[in-house]
Amino acid sequence: MREITYRQALNEALAEELARDPNVFLMGEEVAEYNGAYKVSQGLLERFGPRRIIDTPISENGFAGMGVGAAMVGLRPIIEFMTFSFSLVAFDQVVNNAPNMLTMSGGQFNVPITFRGPNGPAHQLGATHSHATECLYANIPGLKICTPATPRDAKGLLKTAIRDNNPVLVLESELLYSSKGLVEPEDFELLIPLGQAELKREGSDVTIICYAQTVPLALAVAERLENEGEISAEVLDLRSIKPLDLEAILKSVSKTHRVVVVEQDRPFCGVGAEICYRIQKEIFDLLDAPIMRVAQEEVPMPYNERLEEAVLPSAEKLIAAVQEVCYT
Amino acid sequence: MQPPEQRDEVEMLSMMLLIRRFEERASQQYQAQKIGGFCHLYIGQEAVVCGAVAAARPDDYLITAYRDHAHALARGTSPNACMAELFGKATGCSSGLGGSMHYFDKEHHMYGGHAIVGAHVPLAAGMAFASKYRDEDRVTLCFFGDGAINQGAVHEAMNLAGLYKLPIVFICENNLFAMGTSVERSTSLKEIVERAEGYDIPGTVIDGMNFREVRDKLGEIIDSIRKDSHPAFAEIRTYRYRGHSMSDPASYRTKEQLEKFRGDDPITRLRAQLTREGKLTNEQFDRMDKEAKETALASVKFAEESPEPPLEKLYDYTFVNGANS
Ligand SMILES: Cc1ncc(C[n+]2csc(CCOP(=O)(O)OP(=O)(O)O)c2C)c(N)n1
Ligand SMILES: [Mg+2]
Repeated sequence: MREITYRQALNEALAEELARDPNVFLMGEEVAEYNGAYKVSQGLLERFGPRRIIDTPISENGFAGMGVGAAMVGLRPIIEFMTFSFSLVAFDQVVNNAPNMLTMSGGQFNVPITFRGPNGPAHQLGATHSHATECLYANIPGLKICTPATPRDAKGLLKTAIRDNNPVLVLESELLYSSKGLVEPEDFELLIPLGQAELKREGSDVTIICYAQTVPLALAVAERLENEGEISAEVLDLRSIKPLDLEAILKSVSKTHRVVVVEQDRPFCGVGAEICYRIQKEIFDLLDAPIMRVAQEEVPMPYNERLEEAVLPSAEKLIAAVQEVCYT
Repeated sequence: MQPPEQRDEVEMLSMMLLIRRFEERASQQYQAQKIGGFCHLYIGQEAVVCGAVAAARPDDYLITAYRDHAHALARGTSPNACMAELFGKATGCSSGLGGSMHYFDKEHHMYGGHAIVGAHVPLAAGMAFASKYRDEDRVTLCFFGDGAINQGAVHEAMNLAGLYKLPIVFICENNLFAMGTSVERSTSLKEIVERAEGYDIPGTVIDGMNFREVRDKLGEIIDSIRKDSHPAFAEIRTYRYRGHSMSDPASYRTKEQLEKFRGDDPITRLRAQLTREGKLTNEQFDRMDKEAKETALASVKFAEESPEPPLEKLYDYTFVNGANS
């Protein structure tokens, strides 16, 4: 294992899949000559050339749709959104074209496309630039969604997404791009299946279910709670939101009997709402307390730093929720 | 012929100076981490919005993208409210909730500050529709960048404006780059102004480094729209001296290109024109510049001393009357 950044891990995944399959190409704003707005595609133009690493104008609806069309006739596009807030300009292509094609054509046309880029609030970008889109897309049958939180997951999930024969959204995290973690050596073929959660920390009193930016938050809180000698928290990273690893969720909750879901999206119809429903439906009798959710406040994102902080999930809010389900 | 409401040129020069000094301060405060998020500077482009504002009536609708500090200042938003917005303070022009990219000032008919590229252009068409609907002779000034010209929303709005003969000027501030992508690398038709023809909208190319040309040409266009409602398109050629945003080193362009435009600086140019004509002395210019610097500095002090928006404000604006269920 070696330590690399989340950004490098994504870069390696892209490079490996581009090298492996000549049908794979990367398209998006500033991906080629600028090496990516967040430098995820650093060096790819130099290595793979302008035929496969393609800069676009600011035309999300157009190039996302091109991706779907190219996929229908056999290419395997990777479409980068500079951020998923801008994917809303291409909502029709992502929601109406990519996932519906297989059904509408009676099974004739599958769409092997990857939509990727940073998702969720970063820091003080305001209402238009801070969208956590996972709950919007998770509502759509025919889309798969993964949300890597570590460099290893970023690499393994992106590679799997590119090879999947269906539309997959890889929701990355701007705030995690520079974070570091251990990843297998470069020559190791790292593929992490979609729909497989990972226990990031074992515990016995409560399960904290998290994904993406809330994983480091949950780990920090779990450590703090343990140091204070109070509560032993288990941290389950979903890694994929769809398919959802219900088995892993139920296994952990059957052990701890208490759950907090911490998500980076909005509470109403958010990812946590679905998880709560599934848990109570399957193992209601094993729960020792009502499930708590920590999500954003239900307001458009304010620019002011203090107000933004108040909107986002925080260590304080998560600790309070954990204490509440543990009745401490 | 110049429009009757034409603002005094010396006054507009002093506004251009204020915008520049304000943004230099903003840049410094951003580096000192007093300002968060994204921050896009307008330095080099001052003559565009100043020429437009000088040609328009104060109650004409004005709307722009995220490079918006100058548009608010030129319209009369106080530098204090502008700086306070960057600091996220309650006294900011958007109460600290919008930030650099989302300036709004209803009183001065500044309708934003919009950060999704191209997304405000249909809004502008809607404003123009409203003035026509109400039989008002207001004109809508809609600013956007060369990069926005490839967004579908812009083209839908242009067709709608052409179809309904809306009183709007589409003002494309062509500064040659959208982030790191030059117009040659983003746009199949190299002359942006020719796009307007496709919607039966008259187009004009204007030198954006020349305040007088911007004012006079836009003045003619606005007058003609006021007389008989129709859309128009102006491609105003300009240049941003700084990177796309504070975090962009702008290594995609040449020093020579930057120096060429700097050599044609809009402030220097208007100053020279006025001095040559005996309308401005060096002492007067220096005094104006000193005042601009002082105003900018004072706005920083004002912003620093202003209160943060209270936490309760969070729930006040999701719906009017604070309803939030
Ligand atoms: C829909 C959308 N896509 C991408 C972005 C990211 N972005 C912000 S500004 C910009 C470049 C815009 O360039 P231009 O329209 O020429 O305006 P300028 O910055 O030159 O003023 C890009 C790509 C965005 N804000 N919205
Ligand atoms: Mg531009």
